[in-house]
Amino acid sequence: MHDLELSEEQRMIRDMARDFARREIAPKAQSWEKAGWIDDTLVTQMGELGLLGMVVPEEWGGSYIDYVAYALAVEEISAGDGATGALMSIHNSVGCGPILRYGSQKQKERWLPSLASGQAIGCFCLTEPHAGSEAHNLRTRAELKDGHWVLNGAKQFVSNGRRAQLSIVFAVTDPELGKKGLSAFLVPTDNPGFVVDRSEHKMGIKASDTCAVTLNDCVIPEANLLGERGKGLAIALSNLEGGRIGIAAQALGIARAAFEAALGYARERIQFGKPIIEHQSVANMLADMHTQLNATRLLVLHAARLKSAGLPCLSEASQAKLFASEMAERVCSHAVQIHGGYGYLEDYPVEKYYRDARITQIYEGSSEIQRLLIARELAHYDL
Amino acid sequence: MKVLVPIKRVVDYNVKVRVKADNSGVDLANVKMSMNPFCEIAVEEAVRLKEKGVATEIVAVTVGPAAAQEQLRTALALGADRAILVEANEELNSLAVAKLLKAVVYKEQPQLVILGKQAIDSDNNQTGQMLAALCGYAQGTFASKVEVSGDKVRVAREIDGGSQTVELSLPAIVTTDLRLNEPRYASLPNIMKAKKKPLETVTPDALGVSTASTVKTLKVEAPAARSAGIKVKSVAELVEKLKNEAKVI
Repeated sequence: MHDLELSEEQRMIRDMARDFARREIAPKAQSWEKAGWIDDTLVTQMGELGLLGMVVPEEWGGSYIDYVAYALAVEEISAGDGATGALMSIHNSVGCGPILRYGSQKQKERWLPSLASGQAIGCFCLTEPHAGSEAHNLRTRAELKDGHWVLNGAKQFVSNGRRAQLSIVFAVTDPELGKKGLSAFLVPTDNPGFVVDRSEHKMGIKASDTCAVTLNDCVIPEANLLGERGKGLAIALSNLEGGRIGIAAQALGIARAAFEAALGYARERIQFGKPIIEHQSVANMLADMHTQLNATRLLVLHAARLKSAGLPCLSEASQAKLFASEMAERVCSHAVQIHGGYGYLEDYPVEKYYRDARITQIYEGSSEIQRLLIARELAHYDL
Repeated sequence: MKVLVPIKRVVDYNVKVRVKADNSGVDLANVKMSMNPFCEIAVEEAVRLKEKGVATEIVAVTVGPAAAQEQLRTALALGADRAILVEANEELNSLAVAKLLKAVVYKEQPQLVILGKQAIDSDNNQTGQMLAALCGYAQGTFASKVEVSGDKVRVAREIDGGSQTVELSLPAIVTTDLRLNEPRYASLPNIMKAKKKPLETVTPDALGVSTASTVKTLKVEAPAARSAGIKVKSVAELVEKLKNEAKVI
């Protein structure tokens, strides 16, 4: 317990989320993974507790306190189940975030209260089969015809794609303007032109539904343009810090769960007449894991504090995400190692943590992109 | 109807406690503290009574150090309307706590006092009963069901071999057992609201209560470590050992 720096409120939220994750999420995580679906009642419950509106202020029905509280809550939920942490983090940052910042009064009134309370789930359709890190190179087209936008194209890796009621879709409105020709749209997922093609079969976070989506003559009112025409890329890149703090916290949560499983196992598993934690090579591994976890938390909470204070933190958020996601793979790998052969079995939770952790180095900006951003920011580093 | 809910700050139920090296007590340095689980059940029951329209106001009270405000805030986040901290830094025994609570009962005049049957730190199971005796109120301990109608409260009590239902005249004291309810989680909006609810601090002196103890803790020791088991070679040897060593058959 080293939480002197947390406010009473932040501690209460962390403790509630921990309790909730321990009792309601962790025991069911494995069955959700098999089903490829997080229980609907759990998502409803998370909404009622305010966990799905943590970046939305109270006036819009949300429960924003600050990014520290958010990071702490994502860590706890992810320690219960990485897929549930993904749902939470993605819904908060790219489901609610863009409407909060760019929505018109009408769009906010229509969507924010239901998103913030979890009655509606949001998804984000940016990535396309050939446009991942190169996010601006989109092919999905939006054309204005008789007062309606008509969207056509293919979207890839849409988290919460099947569960969502609302999608934020990015498309090219003015091809001749290049990066400045992209725009964002609000597309209710019950639109007949919004077609979920398939749920992807993933290595980890299998209970998080990740879909391929086709926009097939998807007709929406002109008023569903989000923000200004041509500002699509700015909207897509507007909350990188918040999103990265969320994924860093998710990685931290998964890794902590793996560490705690390994610690518990090492205390009980007897080899050569004593618990394996008393064997130096295992003890050293656990010491490294604990140190790396705590170092990560400092990075994540530091970025969260800067973000809450409205200070620039592009580099700090990228550092937290880079460090947390790479730490998570190492720590989860050690956790499997400490479990030996049993760690490779589904009967123990660590093989799932190991698989779940891997995505955190890829989505919300890969490690390579994070390094690129951190290096770019070095231009402003004063010697 | 006003409901008073006394709660206690204790070591979190997930913590594996360690006895201090000098055997003076349990080591609380850097240990996570939480609301006693039985007290959470008491808060939940009071909140449900308020939701049913039976209770009109819920007052949470604790006797403890300034840090126990955290647990009062949790009670406020769960639905209590206001809170009272009786600030006492030394560890008090059950009788001293009951005397302090009696003073709060006299001041607040609740119709119902709901509290946990025991706290998981020292497992005394005394405060509720002592409070009932000091106040001269009826008591329904180990409640698994609580129903208020008019000026009576019906309490189903968990007893050896079954359940006993008693009817108490209000004002009364009820202590909660595990099966009474399943406490809710404090939602984020309610955690935010809790910050704005009133929390008053009083001292034992101001309540006119002496907390001098008549009980002194001499020594606290960890349970003896279990000795390792043995393997027997045959059923005959097992039976022999059960008969003559364990003396269970």
